[in-house]
Amino acid sequence: MTHRDDHDHDNHLDPMDARVRALETTLCEKGLIDPAAIDVIVDTYQNRIGPQNGARVVAKAWHDPAFADWLKRDATAAIASLGFTGRQGEHMKAVFNRPQTHNLVVCTLCSCYPWSVLGLPPVWYKSPPYRSRAVIDPRGVLSEFGVSLNEDVRIRVWDSTAELRYLVVPMRPAGTEDYSEEALAALVTRDSMIGTGLVDIGT
Amino acid sequence: MSPPEKPLSDQSLPLEIAEPNVFAQPWQAQAFALVISLHEKDVFSWNEWADALSGELKSSGASRDGSDYYDCWLRALERLLIGKNIASGHNLDALAASWSRAAHATPHGQPICLENDPEPV
Repeated sequence: MTHRDDHDHDNHLDPMDARVRALETTLCEKGLIDPAAIDVIVDTYQNRIGPQNGARVVAKAWHDPAFADWLKRDATAAIASLGFTGRQGEHMKAVFNRPQTHNLVVCTLCSCYPWSVLGLPPVWYKSPPYRSRAVIDPRGVLSEFGVSLNEDVRIRVWDSTAELRYLVVPMRPAGTEDYSEEALAALVTRDSMIGTGLVDIGT
Repeated sequence: MSPPEKPLSDQSLPLEIAEPNVFAQPWQAQAFALVISLHEKDVFSWNEWADALSGELKSSGASRDGSDYYDCWLRALERLLIGKNIASGHNLDALAASWSRAAHATPHGQPICLENDPEPV
């Protein structure tokens, strides 16, 4: 664990960087981590998983009623069938937006997030204002994201836990009846799967 | 879609940073991966980790805009490992100082190695 390309060209280590290296050194000496495995994890989360995974789940649910039904009953298994499994053994629950119900996901405790389908959370998801305000004033939060829902649409807020993470299945936009699954997936944004966005044609 | 720009008050949502990379700095990615890896080796349960992280995020020193999220992440990890007697605070401080000295002693453009510390721990 001693050789690593350094990004800091004046060779002045950020104190946090030095502390992470100190931890790595200790853990490596104790045989608790393998530097190669650490590199694989970094590469996976930086490059290989992200909202494109969740978008495939949503598009398949829109396209295939049997899959949508499975996703509703057992999201963990349905999502795993596409090759997306959580590393923390967490369970997934898919919550479907309806004309009268909009779903919004938050983690008030820390920042639990469905990594396997959405990658790592955006900055705002981890922020204290989002974590508290999503519960107290979901409509106000949504308006800051440019989402305004009719007064008669109920907003359900789902608070994630270490064991249970939520994926919002947004409503399929009108006019996409002829779209392929791939074309549908391209419409699905990260925010629409957290509930802070809607899916539109042309977004 | 990103939140519209507005003045940052204590309760406003932090503006979305353009995120070509989910980690702002390489050490954040390393700290993240350490937790994933240690959990996979059953060094701690995910509940233990969520509790530790949540404790740091709720501490009075944590910033309101979430910009120090990975600082909290690293502190939580250090605390958890010290609590389990896997690491000691004293030893971690000494190793971090050693890494900093090694960085200073490493010629520009070369990888930093702990062996370059002129005063090894």
